[in-house]
Amino acid sequence: MHPLLNRIQQTFSAGITSLSEWRGDVVVTVSRDKLHEVAQFMREDPWMDFDYIVHVSSVDWPDDEERFEVVWEFYSLRKRQRIRLKTRVPESDCVVDSLTDLWKGADFMEREVYDMMGIRFRNHPDLRRILMPDDYTEGYPLRKDFPLRGKGWRDTFEFLDEVTR
Amino acid sequence: MGLIQLGRHEKDGVPDVITGSLEKAVNWARKGSLWPMTFGLACCAIEMMAAVSSRYDMDRFGAGVFRGSPRQSDLMIVAGTVCRRMAPVIRKIYDQMPEPKYVIAMGSCATSGNIYDSYSVVQGVDRFIPVDIYVPGCPPTPEALLDGILKLQERIMQKRVFVTQPDQVKAKLKV
Repeated sequence: MHPLLNRIQQTFSAGITSLSEWRGDVVVTVSRDKLHEVAQFMREDPWMDFDYIVHVSSVDWPDDEERFEVVWEFYSLRKRQRIRLKTRVPESDCVVDSLTDLWKGADFMEREVYDMMGIRFRNHPDLRRILMPDDYTEGYPLRKDFPLRGKGWRDTFEFLDEVTR
Repeated sequence: MGLIQLGRHEKDGVPDVITGSLEKAVNWARKGSLWPMTFGLACCAIEMMAAVSSRYDMDRFGAGVFRGSPRQSDLMIVAGTVCRRMAPVIRKIYDQMPEPKYVIAMGSCATSGNIYDSYSVVQGVDRFIPVDIYVPGCPPTPEALLDGILKLQERIMQKRVFVTQPDQVKAKLKV
């Protein structure tokens, strides 16, 4: 087993859903309530030392009971190692803890996940849409049940009414 | 060119008198001094830049002075994928350009949305501004853009200058 996974297994007895390593990718899946604790460990533990957040993304598994998966990727600039952290969220209660208090860089990326997938982040300082306009009402475009062509927004040009010639 | 008829001086036969319609002279001046507005939105902009640089040299056709301000330009080359969120910006900049103004939709994206049949991509820039010339390609080569410029110049030569359009026509022109 990878030493990073070993260390996580020894530190946390409960809350770790799975540990895996595949072709050099080290992946930790945790339950939602343990997420912040594990992330804090990754940030502060001297053997982990993950000081850089690479990416926050999300996956929609429409057939699963816990439909959404949120994925964080961390990198250690000093130790030159990477790790991936995952957790699952059900559609009925789309909330996970924000990691902006640990990595400031998570701010915009978590906003993007919120914008595209509709997953809310608890304790996020400024959770607004980031790519779509603030008054966008058609839903969350990257969900699998969202129609590819949207719901009419792309063909509506309300600003043309203000044009005077 | 069909534009200029040369008169013959009586004494030595050297041409020094030009006759022609003022309208054609105005159009000739307009077509030979297009000032494009840089509106690069995606990869097409790279080809647009190549068309201006030394190998292709768009300046040969009088269209090389790219401006960063719509108030100094009369040709908008929309080069790239037009996202819906960019649409009001494009329209505003188009409205800020002084008349007479022309639009080239460069590439498949600006023309029709290309393969991006998605919630965020406008299916052609002509949905909200009038387009004079469509340049196909993904992205079009600099030669294709130059061809579009030449076609636009042909089109400018056919425009009526000293005729005001009736209000009914104007109303229909509002896209």
